[in-house]
Parts: sequence; C-alpha cells; structure tokens
Amino acid sequence: MTKQPMKDPWLQLRRFTSARIALGRAGDSLPTDALLDFELAQARARDAVHEVLKADLLLERAKEAGFSALKVHSAASDRSEYLRRPDRGRMLDEPSKLQLQAMQADERPDIAFVIADGLSALAAERHAFPLLELMPAKLPGWNIGPVVVAEQARVALGDEIGGCLRAAFVVVLIGERPGMSSPDSLGIYLTAQPRSGRTDAERNCISNVRPEGLNYEMAAKKLAYLLMSARKLGTTGVLLKDHSDLLALEDEGLRAQKAIS
Amino acid sequence: MSSFTQSCGGRNYLFDDLKTLLAKASPARSGDSLAGIAAESEEERIAARMALVELPLSYFLSETLVPYETDEVTRLIIDTHDSIAFQQISHLTVGDLRNWLLSPEADTETLAKAAPGIMPEMAAAVSKLMRNQDLILVAQKCHVVTRFRNTIGLPGRLSVRLQPNHPTDDVTGIGASMLEGLLFGCGDAVIGINPATDSLSIVVRLLKMIDDFRLRYEVPTQSCVLTHVTNTIEAVEQGAPVDLVFQSIAGTERANASFGVNLGLLREAQDAALSLHRGTVGNNVMYFETGQGSALSANAHHGLDQQTCEARAYGVARAFRPLLVNTVVGFIGPEYLYNGKQIIRAGLEDHFCGKLLGLPMGCDICYTNHAEADQDDMDTLLTLLVVAGVHFIMGVPGADDIMLNYQSTSFHDSLYARRILRLRRAPEFEEWLARMGVTDERGELRQIASGNQLMLHASKMLEGN
Repeated sequence: MTKQPMKDPWLQLRRFTSARIALGRAGDSLPTDALLDFELAQARARDAVHEVLKADLLLERAKEAGFSALKVHSAASDRSEYLRRPDRGRMLDEPSKLQLQAMQADERPDIAFVIADGLSALAAERHAFPLLELMPAKLPGWNIGPVVVAEQARVALGDEIGGCLRAAFVVVLIGERPGMSSPDSLGIYLTAQPRSGRTDAERNCISNVRPEGLNYEMAAKKLAYLLMSARKLGTTGVLLKDHSDLLALEDEGLRAQKAIS
Repeated sequence: MSSFTQSCGGRNYLFDDLKTLLAKASPARSGDSLAGIAAESEEERIAARMALVELPLSYFLSETLVPYETDEVTRLIIDTHDSIAFQQISHLTVGDLRNWLLSPEADTETLAKAAPGIMPEMAAAVSKLMRNQDLILVAQKCHVVTRFRNTIGLPGRLSVRLQPNHPTDDVTGIGASMLEGLLFGCGDAVIGINPATDSLSIVVRLLKMIDDFRLRYEVPTQSCVLTHVTNTIEAVEQGAPVDLVFQSIAGTERANASFGVNLGLLREAQDAALSLHRGTVGNNVMYFETGQGSALSANAHHGLDQQTCEARAYGVARAFRPLLVNTVVGFIGPEYLYNGKQIIRAGLEDHFCGKLLGLPMGCDICYTNHAEADQDDMDTLLTLLVVAGVHFIMGVPGADDIMLNYQSTSFHDSLYARRILRLRRAPEFEEWLARMGVTDERGELRQIASGNQLMLHASKMLEGN
C-alpha cells in the first residue's frame, strides 16, 4: 500500500467543511482507516432509520411549554410498512382522524405545528422543541394552534392534519432521511391552506436544521420570514421566494459552527 | 384501445391495455407494487413479455399511454416523432427490435440515425425484454457527444460531475470540496452544487464564486447551481454568470407540474441561458435530472409503470438538446427501488433507454440509508455502467453527501473506474489538468506539492480565514 502523504494545506482544508476530504489514497482507493470510518457512520445512519419516536415524552414537553398538544398516528402500522407504503404515511389512521375532527376549535388557528418522526425519530426528538419554542416570539399576533405529534408520518400527513384543524398554514417539523454525518437532521415544510392533495410544489422547505447545520435561531428567522411573506402573497410553494437577509444569517451560522468544532 | 391475451402453461392471461401489458412485463420493483400495477406472479410477468414480443412497434403510434389531449408530454412525443428515421424499424415487433439492437447491423451510426424514430415507450418496452448484459451491450454502441466549454461523451472517456455540497451553502466549505475534487481530476462534466435553500442571493453568490475561480485559472468546464428553473431565470435577469440551466423533470405533464415546471417554462429558461452565449465549444445548456418513481411519487403516473414514465422523461429531455442528463437512480428510496438489485437494474435500464433515444446519459449511482443497499452495490453498478459507456458519474467527497444525506460515488471511485477501463477525461479538461500540474503526461495524478497553483489557492483560502 502506498499512502500518499497529505501535506498542508490540503489536510487543513478540512477546517472548512465536514465533508470527507483529504482522506488520502491507497493506490487510487480509500485507505483502510477512512473505509472503516465510512462504514461506522453508515451503520449508525441505518440504525437511526429504525429508531422509534418517543411520542409521549414529546407530548408532555409540549404541554409543559404551554402548547395544547395531541398525538396522532398515520395509516402505516409500523416501520416496515412505513418504508414500503409512503401513501399510508400520508394518511391519518381512522382514530386519529376522528380525534382531530372532534376537536375543531371555533377560532381557526393561523398555524398548526406538526412534529413528525419521518425517517429520523432522533431528529424530531432533539430539534423540534428548541425550534418551536422560538416561534411564538417571532410571530406576534399569530394564533398558534395545537402541536400535533405524528408517528410513522410523511410530510404530506400535515396536509390532512392542517385541513382537519382548518389552519391557515401547517408547519411540519420532520426527521429527514439520515445522512452519515447527520443521523438527526430536521426538515421544516410549510404549506398554506393545507388539505389532502396538495403537491410538493405548493410547499416551501427549510432543510438541515440542527446545531451543526442551520441552527435553531437561523431556522426560526427563516421560517418566520417565509410565513409572513406567504401571508402577504396568499400562498406557499414555488411562487414564494426566500429573499431573507441570508448574508447576516450565514455569518452567524458560521460562528456557531466554529464554536462547536 | 384493445386488450391483449396470452396463453401460458394452460392459463390465459388478459391484459386490459398497453400500459397494463408494459407494467406486468416489467422486472420486479417495489414502486410498481406500490402502485398496484406489478405482475401478480412470475408466470404472469413472463406471459406479459410473451405478448409484448409479438407487439408491432407501429402499435405505439396508435395507442397513447397518457391521452394526447390532456398531456403535453404525450403531445411532444407524438408531434416530434420522426417517421423517416422510424422507417427502418417500422416493420419490427418489440421482440424483433431486441434482436435487431443486438445484431451487428445496428452499429453506432445506424443507431444514431434510428434514435429520432424511437419513441420513449418503444425503448421502455424493449428494455423489459432485455437482460442486464443486453442493456450494457447496446448502450455501449450508442455514442452521443455534447459540448459547452468542453467535449463530453467521446469514446474512451468518462467525465465527472464535481458535487461539492455543503449543509449551509458556506462558500469556503464548498470551495474546499471543489478544490479537492479538482485535485482528484474531477469536474469535467460540471461543477454542480445542490444549494441547501432556494434563496436567490445564495444561488447568485455560489455562481459567482465558481465563475471567478474558473476565469482565474481558465478551467475548461461549466458550473451549475441546481435550483428551480424559475430561480435560474431570475438569476440570468440579475446578470449572474449562469452556464447551465438545471431542472428535475418527469414523464407526464402532471408530474412536471408537481415540480413546478412545464415545457414552455423549460423553453423560456433554455432561451435565457442561450442568450448569454457563454459556451465556447458548443451550446448545449440544459442539465436535467430524472429518476424512476418521481411520477408515482407525485401521484401523476396515470397507471404507467415507473420505468416507462422514466423513458418518457427522456422524451422531454431530448427536445432541449441537453449537455447532461443524470438519472439519480437510488435517491428516491426503497418504496420505489427496494434494494441493490433493483437499483442496479434500474440504473442500467435508464442508461440504455436514454442512450437509445440519443441522450448524453450520466448516472448518480446512489442509495439512501433506508434502502437495502450499500457501497458494494454501488461498486457493482459503477463497474457495469462504465463498461456500458456512461458519460458521467458523480464525484462526492468520500461518497458521502453531507447536504443531501445520501451516498453516491466518490473522487476515489472515479479513479478506480478510469484505472480498470483506462478511461480518460474530457480532452480540454485533461489538457488543463496537465497544465496545472495535477496530472502527468499519462493522465495519472501527481503528488501535489505545496508550490502547485491550486495548493497556493488553498493556502490563500486558509490565510483569508
């Protein structure tokens, strides 16, 4: 094996990114230590996919934080069915539907928040609350509806939930598919006038919310910006462009990132 | 519309219409089962193939799979079908077409002439009768060459899309991965970034970063930020340095609508990029991505199997003379392609269908962590596709995309592919790498010394931060 020595500054480029750079080469190929690093990370990501959401804990936490909260389940009975049948993950099971329909408030909420396991329960458990808690202060005057904790859920389950609650917007905080360096990345999906049958082009997405990615404060600012723009525009989706002042936000993000590394 | 019957082993199988026949004849995959259109037994699958073998190609001109009146993709396919190119195969059945494609008579030149006469649905149909080795053998005979600032698709060449994504679109982080990719000799297909947000200001900033670098070091390649086509049009209007227009596309009008696009919008974007006259050796300005399952995922498949939908997406692509078409084969997840075997099969089908239709096919050889697949499966598909003559693959640092959260092929993998088949880079890019001291006269990577120009660039990045 001839391992190419990686001299500075090549090796030092790793300071700028968590991407797998400057790994060296064994011939043309990956050196053994880098190969095993990769395999360990993949093993962890595979494990994250099969982790079960601690829904009752989230429910308690929502109530402690002063939100009204309830738990629903999609029509996918377990993880195996969830992976093979995304259509069932986009529909409520019958008891959940009845429960939601029964609790229609007199006043239509401006927003319903949904915390969903998606493909990483870990992400929902770790990041949904720290983000959620920042939102009321950023949305003065908005009527925030119940927080719905959803098990075996896909993004579009939020459409049916938001529709049942007659919310003006639904915001789904959902575990993204685990990557090797991020088994716990949270995605935020924003949809106006939610109801079953909305398409992905009618949503806006904020991705990779976690301390090492887009941090809570930046994500909350972006979400508030999008919500306020969407309210003015009367819609979400491809027509709604993100012109928020990202340069300032990004500097903040970079600082946060360096503080962690 | 007529139904098809096939007797097989003392049983009669009935297939209601052409799309049902095609779906039942498809090799097994989870997406068709999810849609409820897959064959219910292995015998039914073969019975469907037996009926498909007898079907004259001309039949595809008389029965549209999605109505002409309500689907602009069908209209595009029918209205642009070249009946003169079709003449030499018009007397064949689907079964005959397989035999003909495998015969020496169907050489590179003949296949290129026939391409405009082959409808996407015909390509899909014949692929269902073909084994993996057939898909490789025929694709290898199809040559397609495209150009922008370099020449992609020449025989004996393999290009790489350098994919330096970063979870927060940090310009320096992206720059670090980009530099690493170039030092591995990657980036001749495109330097293409998937941004983490839709923000136009970030898109423009990234475009400028790559373009400044490209101009400074005279890199003969093209850049792309893979954002929605409406964003790219806005970027052009703002005077941003847009080389290529990216868009995800699918095989039905409704699926495209779910992506927020239609043919008119794609045309508008193509015109916007062409108006900039930025290509130096050619003006193929479109970069499309596709993948089996996208139409079903948008509930817009009209009962078609996912592989036929995918071939129709290539029907859309070829109307725009793209520089690159990338089937992102394992990205969509296990509900469409369950495991390594299905991903490998789909990758070979997509590459074959695209090439047969005359497209510059590349493949993002990839999988997600919820699919039953791993890097060994990617090694297999990579090896098969480079034998088949794939135009380009992805180059992702360590095969781990830290923004999109999936695994693809790495810079190292591209070196492996070049080594086993002695594949060279795009000629203009190859010369540039030698000039920059990255490769020697045989195209082998040199030991990079700290005095190398790109290393000095890295040093400056480090000093600036």
